[in-house]
Amino acid sequence: MKYAAPTTVDEAVGLLASDADARVFAGATDLIPQIRSGSPEPSVLVDLKKIDRLIGSSESGGSWTVGAATPTSTLTADAAFSGAFPGLSEASGLIGSDQIQNRSSWGGNLCNASPAADSVPALVVNGVRAVIAGSNGERTVAVEDVVTGPGQTSLADDEFVVEFEVDAPAANTSDAYLRLIPRTEMDIAVVGAAVRITMDGDTCTSATVALGAVAPTVVRVPDAEAALVGSTLDDATLEAVAAAASAACNPIDDKRGTIDYRRQVAGVLAKRAANIAAERARA
Amino acid sequence: MINRTHVHCTVNGDEVDFLSSDDTSLLDALRDELGLTGVKEGCGTGDCGACSITVDGKLNCACLMFAPEAEGTEIGTVEGIAEGDHLHPLQQTFLEGAALQCGICTPGFLVAAKVLLDENPAPTETEIRYALAGNLCRCTGYDKIIHAVQEAAVQLNGVTK
Ligand SMILES: Cc1cc2nc3c(=O)[nH]c(=O)nc-3n(C[C@H](O)[C@H](O)[C@H](O)COP(=O)(O)OP(=O)(O)OC[C@H]3O[C@@H](n4cnc5c(N)ncnc54)[C@H](O)[C@@H]3O)c2cc1C
Ligand code: FES
Ligand code: FES
Repeated sequence: MKYAAPTTVDEAVGLLASDADARVFAGATDLIPQIRSGSPEPSVLVDLKKIDRLIGSSESGGSWTVGAATPTSTLTADAAFSGAFPGLSEASGLIGSDQIQNRSSWGGNLCNASPAADSVPALVVNGVRAVIAGSNGERTVAVEDVVTGPGQTSLADDEFVVEFEVDAPAANTSDAYLRLIPRTEMDIAVVGAAVRITMDGDTCTSATVALGAVAPTVVRVPDAEAALVGSTLDDATLEAVAAAASAACNPIDDKRGTIDYRRQVAGVLAKRAANIAAERARA
Repeated sequence: MINRTHVHCTVNGDEVDFLSSDDTSLLDALRDELGLTGVKEGCGTGDCGACSITVDGKLNCACLMFAPEAEGTEIGTVEGIAEGDHLHPLQQTFLEGAALQCGICTPGFLVAAKVLLDENPAPTETEIRYALAGNLCRCTGYDKIIHAVQEAAVQLNGVTK
């Protein structure tokens, strides 16, 4: 493997376009363990961290831009960002230990395409968009449209995510993310649930619900969203949210949890995350 | 022919140059090219923290970095924690509190604990446990390690939790 550290997006695209086995990386916290466990070695390791646009976050004109290789610890330490998107900040901060946090990126978490990636349900409920560069220039897609299955993305060989865009939340809008893991730190989600809610007084006027680790990709739960809108998050509504979340799961049975357990936990976490998001939206 | 890249960086305050293959981990380069064998390999996959170092002041796993990524950075390892023969309070409290048995995890714990105390001079027990969650020890059962960090915090800052 050869190492390359391009300083421009075009240079990086050029490296990918000229060699089908070249591979981009940011923190390498997924890439190196995968290579060590026998995944094919890339021919060229394209380090994205020297390209200015890939690192850092900024807000302008009501919209945030986050470089795809920005370490998640940078985002969680950013009070303005964490204040605007508390659930997305929490989800990003759950990735690994402090050591991992100083390297792990949204670009890597998303494009590694693990069904259990913690930031992804929170990116989805916030309507985050990925700006993707390739030989044909740049295109912008919803984060939901990037992952197509475990380990699979819709990116072409010569494409990579440059940055993410997200609109600052509307008034009285907030989000939350909860996950269940067998330990309190350093484990992979059995279920993850993200909710974003807009409140008008005590009434929910808009809601987005997404689950991780319960299907090959992150799933939206339209039935839970429909139950929330127009409600005051009373008990009957929350039961409907839980039932819809359980029904939306298409989980696997493994040592971390059986199918039934995952379904039940998905319902419980969706309900709790909805409550937390609503409480924050009212505040 | 294997490509060897020239890397220039600062390690524990000294400027160093070394040659490494592009696919060598920074962990292997520190140990094999620079003789810094305090940096340990437990897992090689980011799970155990035995290879903990600082890169530009931030805690990192040396096993999850490619050696050429070190170009232009400032690296800190356990070898830089003592001042000459004078052990850092953390090293002293680990020794006195028997916070180690086989010792393979110890350099990583020391580096991670020093980053914590530099940022948060009076951490709670919970904060210490979270800050050290990326460091595994198969021998001590952790309590002695936590106590050693608490004791060092007191010695360094004269504060109790
Ligand atoms: C000990 C440990 C604990 C972990 N805990 C968690 C956890 O709790 N939750 C969790 O979700 N994950 C966890 N992970 C997995 C990993 O840390 C995260 O998925 C992280 O966000 C990956 O980011 P990265 O920058 O390190 O990715 P990299 O390893 O650099 O890249 C991952 C993949 O994405 C591709 N890629 C990277 N950046 C881009 C880009 N900009 N455009 C296109 N493709 C790109 C790479 O080619 C590669 O295929 C853990 C990993 C370790 C080692
Ligand atoms: S050797 Fe690096 S984390 Fe275990
Ligand atoms: S003392 Fe043996 S692993 Fe910690």
